[in-house]
Amino acid sequence: MSFLKKALTKSPWVFHLSTGSCNNCDIEIIDCLTPRFDVERFGVMLVGSIRHADIILITGSMNKKSVKRVKVLYEQAPRPCAVVACGTCSCGGHFFRDSYNTDTPVSKTIPVDVYIPGCPPKPEALIAGIVKALGKLDEKRKNR
Amino acid sequence: MIKGIFYFLIFPGFLFTAAMGCLSGWFDRKLTARIHWRVGPPWYQNFVDFLKLLGKEIIVPADSMRGLFLFAPVTAVIGATLLSVVLWQPNLRTDSGFLGDLIVAIYLSMIPALALIIGGMASRNPLASLGASREMKLMLAYELPFIVSIATVIIKNGYTIRLYEMVQHQAAHGAIIGSPSGFIAFIVALLCMQAKLGLVPFDIAEAETEIMGGPLVEYSGAPLGFFRLSKLMMLFAMPVFLITVFWGGIAPGALGAAVGLGKLLVILLVAVLIKNTNPRLRIDQALRFFWGPVTVLAVISILLTLAGL
Repeated sequence: MSFLKKALTKSPWVFHLSTGSCNNCDIEIIDCLTPRFDVERFGVMLVGSIRHADIILITGSMNKKSVKRVKVLYEQAPRPCAVVACGTCSCGGHFFRDSYNTDTPVSKTIPVDVYIPGCPPKPEALIAGIVKALGKLDEKRKNR
Repeated sequence: MIKGIFYFLIFPGFLFTAAMGCLSGWFDRKLTARIHWRVGPPWYQNFVDFLKLLGKEIIVPADSMRGLFLFAPVTAVIGATLLSVVLWQPNLRTDSGFLGDLIVAIYLSMIPALALIIGGMASRNPLASLGASREMKLMLAYELPFIVSIATVIIKNGYTIRLYEMVQHQAAHGAIIGSPSGFIAFIVALLCMQAKLGLVPFDIAEAETEIMGGPLVEYSGAPLGFFRLSKLMMLFAMPVFLITVFWGGIAPGALGAAVGLGKLLVILLVAVLIKNTNPRLRIDQALRFFWGPVTVLAVISILLTLAGL
């Protein structure tokens, strides 16, 4: 079933989930869609509903209110589905690590496949991360 | 029997319409990308999207009406396929159709929108219901001017409601679009097509940035793929409808096919340009637009037709 593998890696739809970020990572994600980087060349689309997603792109420091929501959204996503933590906050907590109202890092709440560090990560790094996530996505498809 | 199956499933039915629809969808995406000064997706992108969705998990929400939820996308694809089959009969000159197939084509062109409403309502998601109710209002808005503009064509073609006779009449007397009243009716139908396809000034029902895909919000995997496919098929079938009714149809032979493709691309080009240069309207603005100026234009075209222009 090599064409199914090809289909999955040629058309990753990304759901963008902010867990209380400072908006920097989110701007960099939008940057990837602009003419300079244009990820639609590779079939990447930002989708509005979690039910359409292949990749969940998490930004932000995971404040305590969003923990519950992130769990629900992760369970609602159709499998196979990869989780990418974008930015230092969601990867390791950054300076919100010891904060009273955050539950960093994201991997404490849901399993994360790919980490993209940076504050914010460059669009090149984001694209490299999404490409790594495609490999993970394909592994998950095999193990289903 | 075999011929009938071939006709419905392969050419010009499901497979042909789906393939052409995916390519029309690619034309739309690529052109949009070029307008944005981007590179845009490769030509096979829509095929790949559909295949990928077939391989994904199908989630049926716990509270939804399961049967209806899964049946609606199939209905949408069937409606688009049948519309294409009815439209290609006169264009291929294979069969003279039946009396009133124009009316049947108008009804069939509503089925994908109806299926979207049913599917959205069945998924029991508040956003989906909101999208479905918007789609319903939009249908009420655009069907009136659309049918009035088709009435112009019926009068101009000598009161025939048979697609085959329409194409023959236009071949003998010149395309409807060539006359002033016909051109006005064509513009009205083009605007209605924009709303029927859910392209941007009228993508009120789906509004990705506002209600997260509207009726499609709970759909995943293969049913989502079928809904997207039905939209792409309509993106091909509706321009063919307009070409058949207003623009003299598609002539047989290689040259005729090339000219037909040119007409299709011109209609798609206009639709994509409108899509990329307009912001989304609110539902009340769309309703006012369609029942106000657009319907007035359609009535003017009927009056001009009766005056002999």
